[in-house]
Amino acid sequence: MNEAIDLFFTASLWAAVFRIATPLIFGMLGELICERAGVVNLGIEGIMTFGALSAWLAVFHGCDLWTGMLVAAASGAAFGLLHALLTVPMAQSQHVTGLGITLLATSLVSFIYRLAVPAKSTPPTIMPFQPVDLPFLNAPFLAATAPTYLALGLAAVVAYVLWRTPLGLAIRMAGEHPQGAQAQGINVLILRTGCVMVGSAIMALGGAFLSLAAFNSFVINMVQGRGWMALALVVFGAWRPGLALLGALLYAWFDAYQLRLQHVFPGVPYQIFLMAPYVLSIAVLIPMSRRASGPQALMMPFVKGER
Amino acid sequence: MRLERRNAPPASLILLSIGLVVGLMALSGSALIYAAGAPVWASWGAMFTGAFGSKLAITETLTRATPLMFTGLACALAFRSRLWNIGAEGQLYAGALAVAALGSGAIDAPAVVLIPLVMFAAALAGAAMLLGPALLKRYMNVDDVVTTLLLNFIMALFVSIMIQGPMRDPLAMGWPQSMHVLDSITLDKLISQSRLHTGLLLGLALCALLALVESRSVFGLQRRAVGLNPHAAHFAGIPATRVLLWTAVGSGGLAGLAGAVEVMGLRGYVAGDLSPGYGYAGVIVAMLAQLHPLGVPAAAMLVASVFVGADAMSRAFNVPSFIADVMVSLSLLSMMGASFFLSYRVRR
Amino acid sequence: MSDPRAATTPVGAPALRLQGISKRFGEVRANTDISLTLAQGEILGLLGENGAGKTTLISILFGHYVADAGQIEVFGKPLEPGSQRAAIAAGIGLVHQHFTLAANLSVLDNVLVGTESLWQAASARQAARARLRTLSEKFGLRVDPDVPVHRLSVGEQQRVEILKSLYRQARVLVLDEPTAVLTPGESITLFDTLRKMAAAGLSVILISHKLDEVLRVADQVAVLRAGELVAQRAARDLDRATLAELMVGRRVVRPTRKPLPVGDVVWSMRDAGLGGQGGRSHLRGATLDVHAHEIVGVVGVAGNGQQALLELACGMRAPRAGAALLRGQIVDKPRHRSLRAAGLARIPEDRHREGVVGDLALWHNAIIEDLADPRFSSWGWLRKAAALDYTRQLIQDFDIRCAGPEQKTRLLSGGNMQKLIVGRGLAAQPTFIVASQPVRGLDEGAIADVHARLLAARERGAAVLLVTDDLDEALELSDRIVVIQNGRLSAPIAAQDYDVATIGLLMLSEQGETHAA
Repeated sequence: MNEAIDLFFTASLWAAVFRIATPLIFGMLGELICERAGVVNLGIEGIMTFGALSAWLAVFHGCDLWTGMLVAAASGAAFGLLHALLTVPMAQSQHVTGLGITLLATSLVSFIYRLAVPAKSTPPTIMPFQPVDLPFLNAPFLAATAPTYLALGLAAVVAYVLWRTPLGLAIRMAGEHPQGAQAQGINVLILRTGCVMVGSAIMALGGAFLSLAAFNSFVINMVQGRGWMALALVVFGAWRPGLALLGALLYAWFDAYQLRLQHVFPGVPYQIFLMAPYVLSIAVLIPMSRRASGPQALMMPFVKGER
Repeated sequence: MRLERRNAPPASLILLSIGLVVGLMALSGSALIYAAGAPVWASWGAMFTGAFGSKLAITETLTRATPLMFTGLACALAFRSRLWNIGAEGQLYAGALAVAALGSGAIDAPAVVLIPLVMFAAALAGAAMLLGPALLKRYMNVDDVVTTLLLNFIMALFVSIMIQGPMRDPLAMGWPQSMHVLDSITLDKLISQSRLHTGLLLGLALCALLALVESRSVFGLQRRAVGLNPHAAHFAGIPATRVLLWTAVGSGGLAGLAGAVEVMGLRGYVAGDLSPGYGYAGVIVAMLAQLHPLGVPAAAMLVASVFVGADAMSRAFNVPSFIADVMVSLSLLSMMGASFFLSYRVRR
Repeated sequence: MSDPRAATTPVGAPALRLQGISKRFGEVRANTDISLTLAQGEILGLLGENGAGKTTLISILFGHYVADAGQIEVFGKPLEPGSQRAAIAAGIGLVHQHFTLAANLSVLDNVLVGTESLWQAASARQAARARLRTLSEKFGLRVDPDVPVHRLSVGEQQRVEILKSLYRQARVLVLDEPTAVLTPGESITLFDTLRKMAAAGLSVILISHKLDEVLRVADQVAVLRAGELVAQRAARDLDRATLAELMVGRRVVRPTRKPLPVGDVVWSMRDAGLGGQGGRSHLRGATLDVHAHEIVGVVGVAGNGQQALLELACGMRAPRAGAALLRGQIVDKPRHRSLRAAGLARIPEDRHREGVVGDLALWHNAIIEDLADPRFSSWGWLRKAAALDYTRQLIQDFDIRCAGPEQKTRLLSGGNMQKLIVGRGLAAQPTFIVASQPVRGLDEGAIADVHARLLAARERGAAVLLVTDDLDEALELSDRIVVIQNGRLSAPIAAQDYDVATIGLLMLSEQGETHAA
């Protein structure tokens, strides 16, 4: 039992927290932007997977790491555009479209991967992001890589944009009352499409982080449901970046902790520990969904001319 | 520019959209085949012969369509009531585990008792898995997509625990799997020297039964009302909660039966790879069938033929068999695009 | 704040000139050759019954539709058709009937959204807040900028809607049925505000179907009927009867209520209490009797407990305190089936949302309230043939214009849909009818029809509870009127004692103003 408590204070635990949290933060921010505009994006799991693959492939073929991130973002935006096309102007079911995108993206990933890497060989590795020290932030024990700082900075930017700029207000209005936004001269269709594209690009960065920083290669099933956990985090954070960020860190802490607990309790099947993140995701949804005051027009298609 | 709802799309438009969907599938498939460095025409040929070209091919397609019919029905039933059951995968495994647990010698009874018993257990297991998310949705407003999805991951890990632990088959070499089910409950083959089994008949029967219930029963009307306009249904005194819960039981049960049928008719045991995504494919089958129970067999055949054909294509020309998944998900998305043009007209 | 557009406006140009506006939707001629002129500083009342084409005309003005023919000039300059942005830039402001406010955002947010360039790095909220306060005081539209909209009363929300247009420097303000959601007192305040605006140089178009109000506040009145402009005259040259005839094209014959001796109590509430969702939709200490051969009208501003009262009367919820009785039996556990059997019929206020399932067939919706009835089902299976026959009978008895019992309900017109809803409720000769806004959105013909049926049911012996926010309707139909305010019911007022002023006072809250600004 003492060992379990001692774990609390190891530096490597905190390094792990930020490493585990980063893809969740990207995913959560991306989804938050989509949902604030009124569109639920269930393609998140597929987009993150495709982001992981495309980033890794780009770097594997000679690009530098940041170009790889850019490639992932571009792929995310492309899937976002597809999702937006079907759900925004064409007003199809956001649930089914998103699922279709996840299935499409993950199957494309499997196909491309099988072509790129012959079966039965270990996936080739790349040189990942290295831990970076920011000049003004001296926290070497965090061993945080540049994308992690990017994720944290992005959270601040998203919060600022949403609450302090005209664009952010327009986005929130589109998510709360699209007819009202339209009446005030805002083109809801273009705004929602743009938000979905930007959000999807950010989501893809979360996947890219996995293959370019957390690990140093790509494997099928790398994302392992993190996209769905990011969805739960958006609800947990009541659609506010700050709160959701806190949730992601809390969550990552729990995950990092239980990974280490495995060594402390060898008798328990390892699968139980692996289940924990998923169970936790469901658990956090329960109290938060009750009082959820999400964007009022979330999931409702906006059909111009239909009153 | 605005949208106007159409009353009934003209037949020409329907044909056009079918053509568009098929055309898109053909185009994308060809692009992928080309990317894989394989000859395009020959690959398509291999695909068609692989799915329909021989008696064996057709039985193989039908065999693959069988679990898809069950999961397709499960998703169609749920989606019509706006219950987003994406957990058919996990429910399938739950049913499979139930059959393996009860049917490998634990209970001593004649086949005529044991078969319905284990099937009932499988349906119960699947239903139980969906009831949780349904209740959470109804009383706590928790999104059912996320809960059913996450349960799939949890279930997969649970299966892993079971087949590595208490249900492990000590005689099996290599990957862990459960003990084999008794011969008495193994489903008969429909056509000898093929893998096709009587589960297909059960699937077809259930499609017919469900179609009848949807169109002719009180419960079916209540379900449709709740799914189309929950406010009006509530006002009319339809017990929305009861309808939702019975729908969850039915949908989860069907998915559980998918697992049962796969174990009893095909594999004989539970392994980690029992389902190559039948639960998720069920979503696509349901959507392609426009959520109609009578459309499910055709949609399941279509999806199964793509998968079986892709396997053949991959054996012949080294095109990764994932091309099937890509084509099938693309067909879903393009069908939704076509759906738009069939439902709305663009007006100035 | 000086308006840069004033410099380029030709002096004496009318604020608005429509010439020959026509618009068709398929077979329907929504607007035919309409020409209107609105002078600067003038209040124009645009009258017409539901379906006359008022909404279409305004939608064309605001850029939602493009007219098939005709043009619009705003202050002498042609208006670009089909562009909402152009309409806003030209100074046209629309105050919608159904508010376009986001409940979760603050007043300032709702006013500010869309007024600044989306590429701006920061919102100038302080300046906006100050400007909003100035406008607020200038026109007497008091409201707190930082309050979230869902906490405002309906009257206050309307003020925000108006402020939105004023903030955008609207010079022509169009108000769509603004008094539908106000008490008589609040309406008077609104008209004062409108007169102030007109005196300050703004031009106002007031769309309404309430003749008295329009006559009271408008300078000019224009009447639309079946898509055509049938008259534009000065308000002082018109009277109520002439206007009504112009609107409908014939002498309006609304069914009249004959006094009848009341029968026994059919439904009653004793000190009933019921909580609602959010502040004001609740019921407290309510006591009321409804007798056979009687219509009791419940009036009040929307959101004062009508929802809770309706849920109680319809048997959808049981009272938290006190009791409700139908035919002497306490209704504690709402059982739709048994209430139906006891003779309850209901007409919901929103026929699209609660009345019918649009995508189902007519016969489905005809029997949907009675699925357990052995006429329509047996052992869980529908008896389709019997249901079809029943529906055909309804179609005939209630004159429902449709293409047969298998037609999709969504395709019916509003009036015919309401006839179906009324028909399925009345076909079983109910003893207690609960009707909520039964003629909302219907044309004169349909209104007369529904009222006639309610009165006929009353003659036959039914007890009717009529909940409406149309005071005129309540005055015409009810034997007794009860005012609901903040969850409490006033003492019933008998027909001979009807007085609009008193009723209006009763509708206001005890504190005077509905929300401290």
